[in-house]
Amino acid sequence: MDPRITAKDQIRDTLRETRLHRQRLLAALLLTMVLIVALIARLVYLQVISNERFTTLSQDNRISIVALPPARGLIYDRNGVLLAQNLPSFSLEIVPEQVPNLNKTLAALREIIPISDTDLKRFRKMLKQKRTSNGVPLRLRLSEEEVAAFAVNRPRFPGVDVAASVARHYPLGALAVHAIGYVGRISEDELAKLDATDYSGTTHIGKTGVEKSYEELLHGTVGVEQVETNAQGRRLRILKRTPPRAGQNLYLNLDIRLQILAESLLGENRGAVAAIDPKTGGVLTLASMPGYDPNPFVNGIDVDTYKTLSTHIDRPLYNRALRGLYPPGSTVKPFIGLGGLEMNQVTPSDSKFCPGFFTLSGHNHRYRDWKKSGHGAVDLERAIVESCDVYFYNLAQALGIDRLHDFMSRFGFGAKTGIDVDGELAGVMPSRDWKRRSYNQPWFPGETLIVGIGQGYTLVTPLQLAEATAALANRGQRFAPRMAYGAQDPISQKLTPLPLAPGQAVPIVQSANWRRVIDAMVKVVHGDRGTARGIGRDIGYTIAGKTGTAQVFSIKQNEKYDEATVAERLRDHAWFIAFAPADDPRIAMAVLVENGSHGATAAAPIARKLMDRYFADHPLPQTAAQQAANP
Amino acid sequence: MTFSERLHVDIPLLGGLLLVSLLSFVILYSAGGQHPDLLTRHALRLLLGFTVMLTLAQIPPRYFALWAPWLFGGGLLLLVAVLLVGDTSKGAQRWLDLKLFRFQPSEIMKLAVPMMTAWYLSTRRLPPSIPHLLLATLMILIPIGLIAKQPDLGTALLVASSGAFVILMAGISWRLVGASLAGLALLAPLVWHFLHDYQRQRILTFVDPQNDPLGTGYHIIQSTIAIGSGGVFGKGWLNGTQSYLDFIPERTTDFIFAVYGEEFGLIGALLLLALYLFIVLRGLYISWHVRDAFARLLSGSLTLTFFIYVFVNIGMVTGLMPVVGVPLPLISYGGTSLVTLMAAFGILMSIHMHRTPSPTQGSP
Repeated sequence: MDPRITAKDQIRDTLRETRLHRQRLLAALLLTMVLIVALIARLVYLQVISNERFTTLSQDNRISIVALPPARGLIYDRNGVLLAQNLPSFSLEIVPEQVPNLNKTLAALREIIPISDTDLKRFRKMLKQKRTSNGVPLRLRLSEEEVAAFAVNRPRFPGVDVAASVARHYPLGALAVHAIGYVGRISEDELAKLDATDYSGTTHIGKTGVEKSYEELLHGTVGVEQVETNAQGRRLRILKRTPPRAGQNLYLNLDIRLQILAESLLGENRGAVAAIDPKTGGVLTLASMPGYDPNPFVNGIDVDTYKTLSTHIDRPLYNRALRGLYPPGSTVKPFIGLGGLEMNQVTPSDSKFCPGFFTLSGHNHRYRDWKKSGHGAVDLERAIVESCDVYFYNLAQALGIDRLHDFMSRFGFGAKTGIDVDGELAGVMPSRDWKRRSYNQPWFPGETLIVGIGQGYTLVTPLQLAEATAALANRGQRFAPRMAYGAQDPISQKLTPLPLAPGQAVPIVQSANWRRVIDAMVKVVHGDRGTARGIGRDIGYTIAGKTGTAQVFSIKQNEKYDEATVAERLRDHAWFIAFAPADDPRIAMAVLVENGSHGATAAAPIARKLMDRYFADHPLPQTAAQQAANP
Repeated sequence: MTFSERLHVDIPLLGGLLLVSLLSFVILYSAGGQHPDLLTRHALRLLLGFTVMLTLAQIPPRYFALWAPWLFGGGLLLLVAVLLVGDTSKGAQRWLDLKLFRFQPSEIMKLAVPMMTAWYLSTRRLPPSIPHLLLATLMILIPIGLIAKQPDLGTALLVASSGAFVILMAGISWRLVGASLAGLALLAPLVWHFLHDYQRQRILTFVDPQNDPLGTGYHIIQSTIAIGSGGVFGKGWLNGTQSYLDFIPERTTDFIFAVYGEEFGLIGALLLLALYLFIVLRGLYISWHVRDAFARLLSGSLTLTFFIYVFVNIGMVTGLMPVVGVPLPLISYGGTSLVTLMAAFGILMSIHMHRTPSPTQGSP
């Protein structure tokens, strides 16, 4: 024993100290127990009472549902030429939340990979309207070199990564852009209307053309993957997978060779060509010029480029074939002539004298004929062949506006054709009723006259006129124009024709009247005095056609039309409608050349060349007479 | 003289420690992603710990009393040295680089503070007078201040409680205890003022972890999810999704209890708590039977500090307490704290096995 301690002990109250110490130990024991009970209570709360909630939370932590976007269906023309495809694409994506300093990162990235101001602008725009916590693309379509250049520097850029995806691409660029359309990033408005599940992995949607109207067919069905992810979001394994079903491939009726030719024939002109297979309504060509390259639209076009396009004087974004409204001019004459025959207002042999003008009784306003000297005595055939205006002033007056309206409506004037592309306009086929509704004004007799030559209130779209021509060619059997021919299953490659729109017939009582009008149209091209006789030479088939000229503005009375002094854009629009072969039509079309002045010179040659090409590609069965001539 | 008496080993305490150590291998194997290296290093550390424990057990307690002022003074000097020339790691300046190994002087204080206060108070009349108490309090506050400045809130808390338990054991009146607690509560806003931003954030996070679920609240949210989803029976050994998929941060060290709770459930957690409680009860039993004042104060303080370890760690992992860096004793991987802890048990064993036989027990 240490003597010091023993010495001290003697002056200490050992008993009291022991009692005090033990008292404190008991208190400590009590404290320990209380705290242990607190821990146990907490554990029971977590593991028993809240177990279900925490189990769910841990599952949510562990399993993430990943939507697998389906591959969009491809688009082909009728011969299998690829019009829209999906290309693998690498883009540089940024998850803004993971980037410590966005501006610094962007500046550093620009040193490695070329990033244009346009890219930056689009990036900032998308940053604002970002819809999920996904990455926002900064640069699209990285080259392999660029991907590699980024890969070696990747550790320097948290939150930046190369994303592999597929991007819609239109290999033919601007070709047929108004028909095919394009896809673009889903907008907020579209998102609100879409099935959220179906589009959960999809970033793009058809915006215009068949890409839009066949969205459902092209899109496919979304797939789902349940993946186990770790805390860093890395996917460790797939727990369950429902693969996506790719969208169907779309085969169009479009004949891309014809389309290419149509667009090149229109060339620098503004104009449109709509060509239809009258037997089915299949749209062989739907050209609107000028066009534009849809590819920049796919991932969001930059403001400047868009502005250039949208403010261009030629309006390349404007779909003239579907939405361009023009007076049909003389192209309505065969239809009105047929109406006159059908309603017994004229007989084929009736003739009218054309002095070069027409006056309504009691008025002295002269309604001019395009031929100032007049055509002399003309019957219906001559009136169509030479496009006599006075004859049709007479006929229109005889029919009256309401009968004119009702008859023309049978051919679809003033109504949408129902083509499988969104956005077409209906045009106008005026009537008394229409004028009262639109202008709250009575109809004036003079207005009937100019409707008789396709001017005045009458407005058509090139597609509408083509469809009416097809109906005429088909002797009244009408079909809604169809861009799409069939859908192909991407796996079985089985091509299933899409159901045809039900046809409707134009009720014509006297079927011989078809013959009379069509014969006159044949003479427009093949007759000696036909307005389009220029295209009737050296031809192996018969074309039935009609020229037309649509006034851009009304020319004042007694003022000579002077091409030289009128600005190019104030010149008349040139029309030509045609179908061939006249007896057994395979193709019907309407050609419009804006400010082309004369249908015969500006529009008709285009139709001839298109038909030549079409029949070269799709040879006509030779008739017995031709066979005899070419043994 | 039995074998255990000759080796100065308390068999029940050793048994409890060995059982917890055994369990630690099971848990660490899973938490560490089944790396054998990790287990080897853990085993070596435990071996070192048990060696230190056995060594200290051989030294009679009065030597600890003799060494206390020197250890305390040396520790203080080292703490000052750390502040001047210490190594910084993870934003805290806690280490002294002694070329051979890095070492945290604050660990010494876990033993030096209770030894010093126990020595100081035990050489005076008990219960202590107010001036002695104030001096003892100063002995505790100075090292705490130095440690908190590093900053190392967890160690400061442990050192503070070890000192406070000595004073409590010394028998100060409950009225005084109450008054001190009230004083602390009044001081709280002042303490808040001196806290580092991250420390304040931790306290705010404790109040509402959802406040910042991806930042400071993340640890606590994920660890409670792990424990809660473990349920009564647990997801099974090596089957904890929260730990295997990296959702539990610091899962081999401070948050290892989350891994255990997820895989072994409430049953496992209760078993571990029972083992810890057994060790604490044995410590209190030892203290009960000590007759020497220094040993009484020291043994009680060391035992209760061990319990504070357990409580603070499990409390923080389960979201009962703010996050302070306190490891789960004997189970958390790494750190010098294991050695300090085992040293404390060595001292406990020494106190128990060298106690004066009490022939007069029960009668004066």
